[in-house]
Amino acid sequence: MQEKTFYTVTVFSENTVGVLNQITTIFTRRQLNIESLSVSPSAISGIHKFTITAFADTEDAMRKLVKQIDKRVDVLKAYYNTDEDLVYQEIALYKIETAKLVATSNVEELLRKHNARILDVSDHSTVLQKTGHYEETQALFDELSESIGVLQFIRSGRVAITKSRVERLSDLLARRELADLQDILIDETK
Amino acid sequence: MKEVKTKTAVITGSEALIRSLISEGVDTLFGYPGGAIMPVFDSMYDYKDKMKHILVRHEQGAIHAAQGYARVSKKVGVALVTSGPGATNAITGITDAMMDSTPLVVISGQVNSTLLGTDAFQEADVIGVSQPVTKWAYQIRRPEDIAWAVSRAFYIASSGRPGPVILDIAKDAQMLSCEYQYDKTTSLRSYRPAPTPRLEQIEAAAELINQAKKPFALVGQGVILGNAEKELIAFLEKAQIPFGWTILGLSAVPSDHPLNRGMLGMHGNVGPNIKTNECDVLIAIGMRFDDRVTGDLNTYAKQAKVIHFDIDRAEIDKNVKTTVSVLGDVKRTLPLVTERLNENSHTDWVDEFKEYEKKEYDCIIKNELYSETGPIKMGEVVNKVSEATENKAICVTDVGQNQMMGTRYFKFTESRSIVTSGGLGTMGFALPAGIGAKYGAPERTVCIFVGDGGLQMTIQELGTIMEYDIPVKIILLNNNYLGMVRQWQELFYKERYSETFMQNPDFIKIADAYGIEARKVVNREDLDNAIAEMFEYEGAYLLEVEVETKGMVYPMVPAGGSVSNIILGNGYSL
Repeated sequence: MQEKTFYTVTVFSENTVGVLNQITTIFTRRQLNIESLSVSPSAISGIHKFTITAFADTEDAMRKLVKQIDKRVDVLKAYYNTDEDLVYQEIALYKIETAKLVATSNVEELLRKHNARILDVSDHSTVLQKTGHYEETQALFDELSESIGVLQFIRSGRVAITKSRVERLSDLLARRELADLQDILIDETK
Repeated sequence: MKEVKTKTAVITGSEALIRSLISEGVDTLFGYPGGAIMPVFDSMYDYKDKMKHILVRHEQGAIHAAQGYARVSKKVGVALVTSGPGATNAITGITDAMMDSTPLVVISGQVNSTLLGTDAFQEADVIGVSQPVTKWAYQIRRPEDIAWAVSRAFYIASSGRPGPVILDIAKDAQMLSCEYQYDKTTSLRSYRPAPTPRLEQIEAAAELINQAKKPFALVGQGVILGNAEKELIAFLEKAQIPFGWTILGLSAVPSDHPLNRGMLGMHGNVGPNIKTNECDVLIAIGMRFDDRVTGDLNTYAKQAKVIHFDIDRAEIDKNVKTTVSVLGDVKRTLPLVTERLNENSHTDWVDEFKEYEKKEYDCIIKNELYSETGPIKMGEVVNKVSEATENKAICVTDVGQNQMMGTRYFKFTESRSIVTSGGLGTMGFALPAGIGAKYGAPERTVCIFVGDGGLQMTIQELGTIMEYDIPVKIILLNNNYLGMVRQWQELFYKERYSETFMQNPDFIKIADAYGIEARKVVNREDLDNAIAEMFEYEGAYLLEVEVETKGMVYPMVPAGGSVSNIILGNGYSL
């Protein structure tokens, strides 16, 4: 079996109830497992943006998936990208025992090395925060697990932004408007 | 964007619904009442003169009837059902409409908005259940949302690639009052129903066709849905391109058109299947390369350059990789390509099909239609019924052997004359769909072909036919088997006829109990006379024909096989 590629799917939709369900069933039907998911308002008012990551065997599978998502009435546009097209980030929180943290000699070194922050400290526990790529948040997790242990851990879904200048959707909507005026079709795959 | 402004009035949600439907031109709808939809049925009582409601006997029947209505009339089919089981009973029909791109608006009652999510009596998560099988599904919880939601529903169902929409309306939204004003929807920001044609695609397609020595067109339902029958004929005739049609593309062109080479697919004609793998340019028009058409994709039209005309971007490159895709409404794209085509003739190429047509006639058709001895054959009945209507009737079929015989041997002179469950293959479709077709085209004759299995799946709709005196002609091809499954058991399961024999009731007595005129034919010499009697009789008529018990539909492309390896059966080979 060929190696799977990691894709980030970005979906712009109207802010209506049930869009998430419509999108996830399209993944399910094609046996694609969602690795992470985040939803937020986009730069365009009233339009929500879903960032979904998944592995796929072929680009063709991803292309078909995105077309099916795009076809839903409430969806304005769906795209897929590989990591090189994107600037992306995840955030992770780690809860550890305060006593054990204090007992280590290298708290400062640890925080500096991983560029982590302390969010909260109490007698019994301390919460650290780290942002970064998956490998980076995982590296801190591994180091903490091996040394002082992690009581609780949570990692967010990926948020991603394309390397292009503005929201691609703004471009698309503008081009659509122009195309409607001139009655010619633009290439919406770009 | 906003066109017809109606005056603002304060009315109940249920009345707002009825008035919205009337604003969309709905004069006929199919449904079944129940607790959570009662306010709507009550409001409908005041509008009886404007809108006719047909009370079916099961919600599945309401949806199939709405499908039959929509398919023949170019209008949106409308069905009205209650919450819970009413809505879940509708799901089969809704899925069928989704697969076959049939425009429907289904309205389901829902429990009070305050009870949503509490597992209330007759509550079902209708939106959750229906989202994967609808073009759009929306729950209405406030009366003021009814008008705009109905307006959107009709716009979405009927535009672009059509499909079913479900509106799930909480009972309190039906009962509470609101200000009412109806504005027709003409666009939605997030929805692009029909891509605008692109010049480079048009030119590339025309160039490929102009260079083709052996072009072959595949005609699908998109042509009919796009009302582009004339544009299609102009396109085909200008370059003299032979074509085959899909099961849902039937009747887009009159059957006797000289370029028509027959039906594609598993039980289609030999020529169009073989020639798919010999043409140099394959031109798919408003069709979606279903597996029943293509067989094994790895051996499908590999030699050909493929042009795909479609309104739905998601169909492009889904199953068959295209050389040139022509996105857009075929009503617009076909003429743009046609004007760039050179007049041409492909006489030698068209003649190549004829060798296969002769072979198919000699080995299969002659025997199926014109046998003089032995039991009556299914194809023979279909052919005689079609001829008795001068090929002018609407042919409604169920699913299975009756469907394949119906679509192979019925002939068409007019578009929108085939009503069949192509994608989902829903047994029990024919009887209620035939009812809807008769309401959709009351001036036309509606012939319903159904097997003994399928008839019994929705046989209760005989009650609807009785109550409304609907003059449909039901032709029951009775072989006492689930014939298509039996055929596969004979061919692929060593004749182990597991659960395909059926002990049947006396269908004539059943018809009689419903007050429907009926006659059973066993002997060939009675058939012509019985068919004539059926058409002479003014009302509904059930003609039961005892056909050969182990009839086979040939030719056949075995599932997953190559279209080149089509089997003739009965010991014949190509």
